[in-house]
Amino acid sequence: MSDVELIARDGDRVGRKDPECPLAIDGLTVSYGDKPAVFSVDTRFGKGRMVAIVGPNGAGKSTLMKAVLGIVPKLAGRALFFGEPFESVRSRVAYVPQRASVDWDFPVRVIDVVLMGLYRSLGIFGMTSKKDIAKAHACLERVGMADFARRQIGQLSGGQQQRVFLARALAQDADLYLLDEPLAGVDAATERAIMSVLKDLKSEGRTVVCVHHDLATVRSYFDDVLLINVRKIADGPVASAFNDRNLQQTYGGRLGATHIAELQQPAG
Amino acid sequence: MTEFVSALLLQSGYNAALVAIGSALLGLAAGGTGTFVFLRKRALISDAAAHSTLPGIGLAFIIMVALGGDGRNLFGLIAGSALSAIVGLLVVDWITKSTRLPEDAAIGAVLSVFFGFGVVLLTVIQVMSAGKQAGLEGYLLGSTAGMLFQEAATIALVGAISAGALLLLHRRMIVVAFDPQYAETMGFSVRATDLMTMGLVLLVTVIGLKVVGLILIVALLIIPPVTARFWTNRVDRLVTIAAVSGGLAAYIGAALSAAYPKVPTGAIIVLVSFVMFAISFLLAPERGVVGSLLRHLRFQHRVHRRQGLLELARGETIYDRMTLRVLQRAGYLRGDGVATLAGRAAAAQELKNEARWEIARRRNIEFADAARFDGLSQIDTVLTADEIAEIDAELSRQIGAVS
Repeated sequence: MSDVELIARDGDRVGRKDPECPLAIDGLTVSYGDKPAVFSVDTRFGKGRMVAIVGPNGAGKSTLMKAVLGIVPKLAGRALFFGEPFESVRSRVAYVPQRASVDWDFPVRVIDVVLMGLYRSLGIFGMTSKKDIAKAHACLERVGMADFARRQIGQLSGGQQQRVFLARALAQDADLYLLDEPLAGVDAATERAIMSVLKDLKSEGRTVVCVHHDLATVRSYFDDVLLINVRKIADGPVASAFNDRNLQQTYGGRLGATHIAELQQPAG
Repeated sequence: MTEFVSALLLQSGYNAALVAIGSALLGLAAGGTGTFVFLRKRALISDAAAHSTLPGIGLAFIIMVALGGDGRNLFGLIAGSALSAIVGLLVVDWITKSTRLPEDAAIGAVLSVFFGFGVVLLTVIQVMSAGKQAGLEGYLLGSTAGMLFQEAATIALVGAISAGALLLLHRRMIVVAFDPQYAETMGFSVRATDLMTMGLVLLVTVIGLKVVGLILIVALLIIPPVTARFWTNRVDRLVTIAAVSGGLAAYIGAALSAAYPKVPTGAIIVLVSFVMFAISFLLAPERGVVGSLLRHLRFQHRVHRRQGLLELARGETIYDRMTLRVLQRAGYLRGDGVATLAGRAAAAQELKNEARWEIARRRNIEFADAARFDGLSQIDTVLTADEIAEIDAELSRQIGAVS
């Protein structure tokens, strides 16, 4: 690639504001102290796609997600949602944090957590209407947790906690869903329930981005993949980007050649 | 004692009634505000704010005297204490941000240094103008003896303001306390929300100085929500119960203080709220000690019931006395140890439940280390309908394979 081409490509990326593109990240760098956790990552996610963010532990997958949402400060770079900065399109973006990031002994019931997804649209005194409660119930229904609405959240299993978090995001009725390890440590039935909801979201034309840890299911669950290890290694359709050279580069010596060969087998 | 009762019934004269009502309002505001401090796990920082008020009180007194005014002017002292608490909080924030020191270390340092400085100032005041300073040390532990109407009215006003602010802000405060990262993406700034909470704490602290005193105000913020936590698992009820119990403790405490004017009011109020805490700790059905004991007994009962029913289903003889007693009392076993019809039905049901659990445990590694997945509960109270359907499908496959 010549110098001129390089400039043209980057110029195109930085300059354009595409309202159709759910999330475009340019030169994103995040650092805790002097050591970058995410370094100069450029990528864009396509509308109506299911995207996996994949990389080893400490590769900056969750940090990338938190930085584009403004939860952790960016050192450099920017993220545009539907061509706009996050602050102006909050209502179109829903975030599902890691389950372990909250205290599950907090005094709320399942339905109260789901209602949090509606807090921005509540009136000045934050009173919930019958309509809000019906909507929250419908979201619980979608994740198969309708019977648990009045349970204290501390009584749930890990998979059920994850379903509640997903229901809260569903209540926001967003166009872009960002999920941080939604399938980590959940039971098989919950994994199926969550994937079925995410596929429904996709078929409605919404975009789903997951930080994902299980390399074995990347092929069967996702359309696109972003491989990172602090820097971006590769992005694009799973069929082309999720190859052994890129995986080797992402995981280094941590992934044996036989393991990679297994991953290349078509799923099922 | 009669003095206490008549104070409780607001029959001890105008001033005592004023004190009791003012204190109750303060307790309400403190309990409600304190709930959010407690949920956000920031009790210590509010203690730092309270202790940091002392130099402000001293300086405000000195300045007002130097300007030729009355050193004990309530609004001057409130303004001084609020300013110095803000400075204290800023210093804590600055130390935490610009060094690698953890917040609790910064709080400890600021709290003690500001308090020490305040004590020095009070000593200076004592030397400077003996006699006039009488009453300033009342701000340490609270003293309601000579409360003025103006002071009670200020407490009522600020109490109403903080109640209104809580009503406006409670949703964002709840999300920030439960899930700060999510709150940030919803547009509820964690920092701004924490600042607003601290602002309310500051309000309660400065109006509480006279009644409870700056050393003990943190108790009136924290003990009521901790007490309320024993009674409920719902945050909206938690706020209400905490506010009411704070108000009640302050009201009773103020009445007691009318009967024993020599003991500092703050100390009495804190002890009353501790009594309410102790009662809740013992007797609250949800999370109290007695409730836990009953739950333990019920658990033991369930273990024996399951064991006995499974033994019945397998046609084994039951020897354990407690198991026999449990089954007989439930009508599953006759006096001579023969199973009744109901007993056989329950045993069959238990066997099915057990088989479902067996599959649930095998299918889901996660269940293996979760204590609740024990086979003691009916499975449909623990798992979702789709999870049970999958388990039953596997169960019927297994049965099909055997027959």
